[in-house]
Amino acid sequence: MHVAILGNGITGVSAALRLRELQPDWKITMISGESTYHYSRPALMYIYMGHMRYKETKPYEDSFWEEERIDLVRGWVSSIETEGKKLCFADGQQLDYDRLLIATGAVSNKFGWKGQDLERVQGFYSLMDLKKLYESSEGAERGVIVGGGLIGLEMAEMLHSRGIAVTLLVRESSYWNNVLPDEESAMITEEIRSNGMDLRLSHELEEIVDGGNGEAVAVLTDGGTRIDCQVVGLTAGVSPNKAIAEASGVPCGRGVLVDWSLKTEAPDVWAAGDCAELVNEGEARNTIQQVWYTGKGQGRLAAESIAGETAVYDPGIWFNSAKFLDIEYQTYGQVGFRLPGEEHIVWQDKAAKKLFRIVHISGRLVGINALGMRWRHKVAETWLREDRDVDYVLAHLHEAGFDPEFYPRLEAAIRSSLKGQLAAQGGN
Amino acid sequence: MDAQETKMHGFDYVFDEETSGFGEPSQAPASESGHGGQTLLQRLAVGLVAVGFVAAIVQIATGKWLGTMPGFLMGVALPAVAGAGYFIESYRHGPAGIKNNGVFFGSLTARGLAGWIAGIAMTALYVMLYFYPSYLGYVPAIWGANGLEQEALVTGGLVKLVEPLATALGVTTSQWFLYGVLYTGSILVFGVRTAMRYRHNRYQLVRTGSVMFFQTIFAWYLPQLLVRFNQPYVEFNGVWPLKNNYLWPEKASAGGELLTGGSLGPYLLGFAVLGVIATPILTYFYGKRWYCSWVCGCGGLAETLGDPWRHLSDKSTRAWKIEKVTIYSVLGLVLLTTGMLWVDYLMTGNKYGSWSGEMRNWYGFYIGAVFSGVVGVGFYPLLGSRVWCRFGCPQAAILGILQRVMSRFRITTNGGQCISCGNCSTYCEMGIDVRSYAQKGENIVRASCVGCGICAAVCPRGVLKLENGSSVLGEERMSS
Repeated sequence: MHVAILGNGITGVSAALRLRELQPDWKITMISGESTYHYSRPALMYIYMGHMRYKETKPYEDSFWEEERIDLVRGWVSSIETEGKKLCFADGQQLDYDRLLIATGAVSNKFGWKGQDLERVQGFYSLMDLKKLYESSEGAERGVIVGGGLIGLEMAEMLHSRGIAVTLLVRESSYWNNVLPDEESAMITEEIRSNGMDLRLSHELEEIVDGGNGEAVAVLTDGGTRIDCQVVGLTAGVSPNKAIAEASGVPCGRGVLVDWSLKTEAPDVWAAGDCAELVNEGEARNTIQQVWYTGKGQGRLAAESIAGETAVYDPGIWFNSAKFLDIEYQTYGQVGFRLPGEEHIVWQDKAAKKLFRIVHISGRLVGINALGMRWRHKVAETWLREDRDVDYVLAHLHEAGFDPEFYPRLEAAIRSSLKGQLAAQGGN
Repeated sequence: MDAQETKMHGFDYVFDEETSGFGEPSQAPASESGHGGQTLLQRLAVGLVAVGFVAAIVQIATGKWLGTMPGFLMGVALPAVAGAGYFIESYRHGPAGIKNNGVFFGSLTARGLAGWIAGIAMTALYVMLYFYPSYLGYVPAIWGANGLEQEALVTGGLVKLVEPLATALGVTTSQWFLYGVLYTGSILVFGVRTAMRYRHNRYQLVRTGSVMFFQTIFAWYLPQLLVRFNQPYVEFNGVWPLKNNYLWPEKASAGGELLTGGSLGPYLLGFAVLGVIATPILTYFYGKRWYCSWVCGCGGLAETLGDPWRHLSDKSTRAWKIEKVTIYSVLGLVLLTTGMLWVDYLMTGNKYGSWSGEMRNWYGFYIGAVFSGVVGVGFYPLLGSRVWCRFGCPQAAILGILQRVMSRFRITTNGGQCISCGNCSTYCEMGIDVRSYAQKGENIVRASCVGCGICAAVCPRGVLKLENGSSVLGEERMSS
C-alpha cells in the first residue's frame, strides 16, 4: 500500500507520523514544492527577525525521515488523476499512489484590490513569501499592512524589527475586534501604538499604486489618503488552498469538501487541515478550522481513517494562543461567539498589561480569555468539559496558574473582582 | 469571506532553502534592545568604556599611575561601571519582553568575524592566566627541592593594575587575584545586562541576582577575607567534585591545607563535606538548578557573560551522544583520581600523591585548566556558553543523574499549545531539543537541564513551565 501525502506542513506531517505508527509496512511519500523538509510555519517570522535560522525551524533532524521510512519528494504537483490514482508534477513527472491525503494548507486572501498583483505586494504564509519579503524589504523605509489579524500584526512586528516604519490599515474600529472582546482589543491596540506603529483603524485599502515599473510605491485608503511605501502586506485572512483539488475534479466548496472521517468524494482521497471543509448535515454552515492544533488533530485523524480505522473527527474544546508583540494571549472555549444569553466578567490591570475574562451563561462557564498571563490548558479544558459553574472556577483558580515562578499571584485579586461582578449580574 | 482569487504560489519557486538559507539583511536590524539608534547616554557610556580601556593600556605601557588607586579606578572601575550603565541605557527605553531581534544576524553573536575575534581574545586571556602569567605582569614563585627558590614577582601589567584593590582588601595581588576580579566583574557587569534583558520575567531577575550575589560574596569576597586573616582559601559556593581538591588529601586530610592552615579549617572542612551531603537533598526538591544556574560560579558566568551566545549550543542528537560519553568520563576520572589519591595518602602519607600524583596533575591540567577554563569559557562565542557544564563538569554529571532519577523538578508542557517554532530549543544553552518533547506534550526531565528558565521565557505560546512537582494536580495529571 502506498500512501501519498500532498503537503508537508503540520497536517501532512502529523498524518505521516500517525500512519507510520499504525501501518509499519506501508510506503509513505510526503510531497511538497515549498521545502524538502518539514519546517514550522509559525516560525517563519522568527527567521526574518533573526531569532532563528531556517535550520532551527525544522522540528525534526533530517535523518529522522529516513529512520521513519517516510519518503520526501520535492516538487510541485499540478494535477491529480483521481481515477488512475496518479499525481502529475509540473515538471512532467508522475507518481502512482493507492491512497492520497490532500494537505495543501491555505493561501492568503486577495479581494480584487487594484494593484494587488504588483511586485512588493504579498501575503505571508510560506517560505516563498518569506523569500519575497526578504527581497522587497531590502532598503524599504515603510511598509503598509492591510488587515488587522494575527498575521498582519506578525508582519508589522517583522518589519518593525528591521527598523522599517509600519502602517497598519485595519477595517475594524479596534484591532481584531471581530474576534477579540472590547477590552482585549483596546489593550492590544494600545500595545501596537506604544511600540511606535502607525495603526489606522476604520481604514480600508482602496488601491495599491503602481510606480510605473510594476512595483508598488504607495497605497490609497478609502478616505483618499496616500501612504508612500515600498512593501505592502496583504493579510486579510487566508482561504483553503483547493486549487489543485478543484482543477482535478475533487468536489470543493470553499475548501476541499470532506465528511467527518476527512474523506472526499473522490476515490481513496482524503483531505485535512487548512484546506479541508467539513460538511455539516442540514442548515449548519460547514466547518473550516485553520489553526495549528486542528491541523495536527485532523492530520492524525486522517491517518487513522486512511489506515482503515473507524475515525470521526472531534474538534474538542476550542483553544488558541498567540503573542501580540509582548503580550501573550490564550483563549479557551467560546469567547467572541456571541452566544445567546452569554454574560462576561472581566478583570484587568492595564498598566501590567494583564487581563482575565470569563464568559458564562447563567453562571455556567463557556469561555476564558487571558492576556499577559499563562493558564494551564488541561485545567481550563476540564472545567469547560465538566460544565463547571463560575463559582467553582473562581474557587479553583489557583490550580490553573501557569505563570513562571516568582510571578505575582493574582488569583485572589481576580477572584474578588470577578465575584463582585458576578453578584452584580445575578442581581439583574 | 471567500477570496475572489486563490492563485497557487507559482510552480517557478525552485529556491533551495537548505543550502542557500535566507542570509542576513543588508539593512541593519534595530538594536537588540528593540529600538534603533544610540542615545546620547549610550554614546557617553561607550566613550567612557573606551577611555577606561585606553587608560589601562597607557598605564600598562608606560608604567605611569600603574598600581595606584586612581589608576585602578580609571582603568578597571570606570569601564565596568560605564559598561553596566550602557546596558541599562540600552534596554530601558525599549519595551520589556523577549528581544532576540537580529541575534542570528550579528557578527558577534552568530559566529561572524567579531565572534571569532572575541573567542580568540578570551581564549588567549585564559591561556595567559593558566600558562603564561608573565604576560599579565606576574611571575609566580619558584619552588625547588630546597624550598622556595624565588619569590613571586609582580612586574606590571594587568596584575599590577588591580593591585590597589588587593591592597585595600589586605591581600596580595597575583594572576589569580586578577582572574577573580575579571571573573566577578564580568558576572556583575553582564549580570546587569541579563537582568535588563529579561526584566519582564521575575524568575530571571531573582536568578540573576542570585548568581551575582553568590559570585561576589561567596566565591570572591569571603575567600579574600579568609586569606587576609591567614585562613585556608575556600570558595563557599564550591562543591566537590567541581572543586575537586576540596575533598582531596591536599586539602581535606589531617595534614592538609584546611586543618593545618588556620583556626577556621575544621569549619571549612565541615562546610565542604556539608555541600556534598546537601547536594542530593536540594536536588530532590529543586532539581539541578539550585546549584547550576543559581549558585555556581561557572554557571553564573555562563548566564551573564555567556548569555549573548547561549543559542550557539549544538542541538543535534550527535552532540547529545558525545555529551553523555564525555561528561560521565570526566566524572569517572575525578572519582578515580579522588580514590587513588586517598589510597595513596593512606599508604604513603603523601598528600599530593606518589604514584597517583601524575593522575592528579594530569586531571588538573587537562580537565581543570584546558577543558573548564580555556575551552569552557574561551569558546563561548563559538560553541555557546555551557560547553564545560554540558560536556565536562563532574558536579553537573552527579546533579544530572540525581535530577533524572530522583527529583521533583521538571519542565511541564501546557497541553497541546506547542507550535513547534523552536525558540525553546534554539535558546537552550545546554543544547536540549526542548521542542521535541513540547510538541508531543511531554514533560521535560533531562539530566543536563540546568533550569535557567529561558525556554519558558522565549516560548511565544506560554507552553513551558519550570515546576518542582508540588502542584495540587499531582504528578500523574501534570504529565499530558
